[in-house]
Amino acid sequence: MDLFEYQARELFDDYGVLTPRAEVTDSSKEAREIARRLGGRVVVKAQVKTGGRGKAGGVKLAADPAAAELTARQILGTDIKGHRVRSVMLAQPVDIEDEFYVSYVLDRAAGRFLAIASAEGGMDIEEVAATRPDAVARVPVDPAEGVTAAVAAKIAEAADLPMRTVDVLVRLWKVLVAEDALLVEVNPLVRTAQGQIMALDGKVTLDDNARFRHSRRADHETGAEDRLEALAAERGLNYVKLDGEVGIIGNGAGLVMSTLDVVAGCGARPANFLDIGGGASAQVMADGLRVILSDPAVKSVFVNVFGGITACDAVAEGIVRALEDVRPTRPLVVRLDGNNAARGRAVLAERAHPLVEQVATMDGAARRAADLANAA
Amino acid sequence: MAVFLTKESKVLVQGMTGGEGMKHTRRMLTAGTDVVGGVNPRKAGRTVDFGDREVPVFGTVAEGIEATGADVSVVFVPPAHVRAAVTEASDAGIGLAVVITEGVPVHDTVALTAYAHRNGTRVIGPNSPGLITPGQSDAGIIPADITKPGPIGLVSKSGTLTYQLMYELRDFGFSTCIGIGGDPVVGTSQIDCLGAFEDDPETRLVVLIGEIGGDAEERAAAYIRDHVSKPVVGYIAGFTAPEGRTMGHAGAIVSGSAGTAAAKKAALEAVGVRVGSTPTETARLATTLLGG
Repeated sequence: MDLFEYQARELFDDYGVLTPRAEVTDSSKEAREIARRLGGRVVVKAQVKTGGRGKAGGVKLAADPAAAELTARQILGTDIKGHRVRSVMLAQPVDIEDEFYVSYVLDRAAGRFLAIASAEGGMDIEEVAATRPDAVARVPVDPAEGVTAAVAAKIAEAADLPMRTVDVLVRLWKVLVAEDALLVEVNPLVRTAQGQIMALDGKVTLDDNARFRHSRRADHETGAEDRLEALAAERGLNYVKLDGEVGIIGNGAGLVMSTLDVVAGCGARPANFLDIGGGASAQVMADGLRVILSDPAVKSVFVNVFGGITACDAVAEGIVRALEDVRPTRPLVVRLDGNNAARGRAVLAERAHPLVEQVATMDGAARRAADLANAA
Repeated sequence: MAVFLTKESKVLVQGMTGGEGMKHTRRMLTAGTDVVGGVNPRKAGRTVDFGDREVPVFGTVAEGIEATGADVSVVFVPPAHVRAAVTEASDAGIGLAVVITEGVPVHDTVALTAYAHRNGTRVIGPNSPGLITPGQSDAGIIPADITKPGPIGLVSKSGTLTYQLMYELRDFGFSTCIGIGGDPVVGTSQIDCLGAFEDDPETRLVVLIGEIGGDAEERAAAYIRDHVSKPVVGYIAGFTAPEGRTMGHAGAIVSGSAGTAAAKKAALEAVGVRVGSTPTETARLATTLLGG
């Protein structure tokens, strides 16, 4: 889960990383009050989980509380790279002496975290890395050791950062480990005219797998924005809404991803990703069909199951139960293979629902589901 | 011959007495796996009756190894306990730890793989279906009745796509099929498996199944170019995945321009790997190369 900047900032506060005084709001009226509390002149920052806000007009300086209200009104509700701005953060401006870049990122291939740091902060770090690779230091962190003051000093030295950043580097590592984050990025980390080291922005990605040991996590969760994703989440389904017309259900993340691709290859667009997982019950199948069929964009549904652990007859029973329950109005194409496939196919054949069609192969079934969606 | 797992492998199951552990231990035994014990400190000294075989439960992995000579552990314990379970197995000297558990925090995986590696333990997974050497041994949850022994080695991030390809190519059979797991960090990489298959005289062709996220496939491509003489056929899932959304597997996410299926396919094709556009077409490519 990615955090909003204001949430990352709260975490930084908890671990003693200095940040400018700031408050968040979804109301432009309140923005004026906040600006007054912060001393009048403020930076108004759109809270969206995407980069490149500044260039997209999502970060603006306001000279006084009235201007802050006006600016907040202009920014709230706009769209930045497909993300609607629902709140703005107002922050006290800072006199910047120097801008740096620091982050801890997961190096998947090496199976460890990597410290990335540069004395050239504030800009797009990927661009700096591409044009002047020497300006970006990459230091692998030994998981057994972590970032001690000594390790932080090495990182600072490699990136040519002032030694005053060492303390912040250690604290940001504490954020990463203690909060089970997969990414902690500060760009820019600044040295103020008063000599303080301060995080002016923050990007934090938390590991969803670690939710069980972080009771505070619920505070950060703003819920799925999409109605269908919220419905699926309530039922514990692994669902991602997409833009197309062919509803897709399958078992196993890899097979479902593959099913989306094969349907797209047949000239139709998948409406969603839905993985019912291994050993799925009739109930899970019924829940899945219910979510997919409550999507008005769906014109046909493709159920693609390869029974490994999952028994295809159980899946078929699930579909039959769901048919009674959900009463579909759009055609279902079903492909069952693997464990107990013959029995599963027989169950569906016996039910002989007019909207359910069985196709023997994955490619053939994808073609059929695509054709049905395109013809509808 | 086979890779990582043979009929000589003696398998302990950590978490055997739980629901999933019981179900899959039974299946492993049916597949011919030499399951020599389970581990559960609260049930030490008991045995579990699986019909054909009474399997003892040990209090620790070390006791299990001492009593049975076990060299493989299959881990079914809940996510919060995986780090401790693998650390214990590694300390006890296990050679291979196969982690089936899904949902292990990444920081735990980073710690446990680094620790195990230092100790000389190979970790497969987490979030893995395990591995199977058909006709010899099955460590994990891969169905044993899909296919038979044969010349194909398979390495995959996905369970069901593994089963699908095993099924499509069932008439040829497989040396070993390895599910490395769908998490961002896993103990055994595609490269480790490619190297093992290259060295395995029984393996004549390798099927590599990748998916979006990270750059493991790009690294595998570079490795194939430099180190693999056997034909490799590839398949990549996730061409239609939107940026920034996790597609089921924790590791399956396109971040910015990194980790796309198109980039992975291009990297593999650039080194001569034939990449199928569907699982079925991938199987056809393998069939052609094997002279079927």
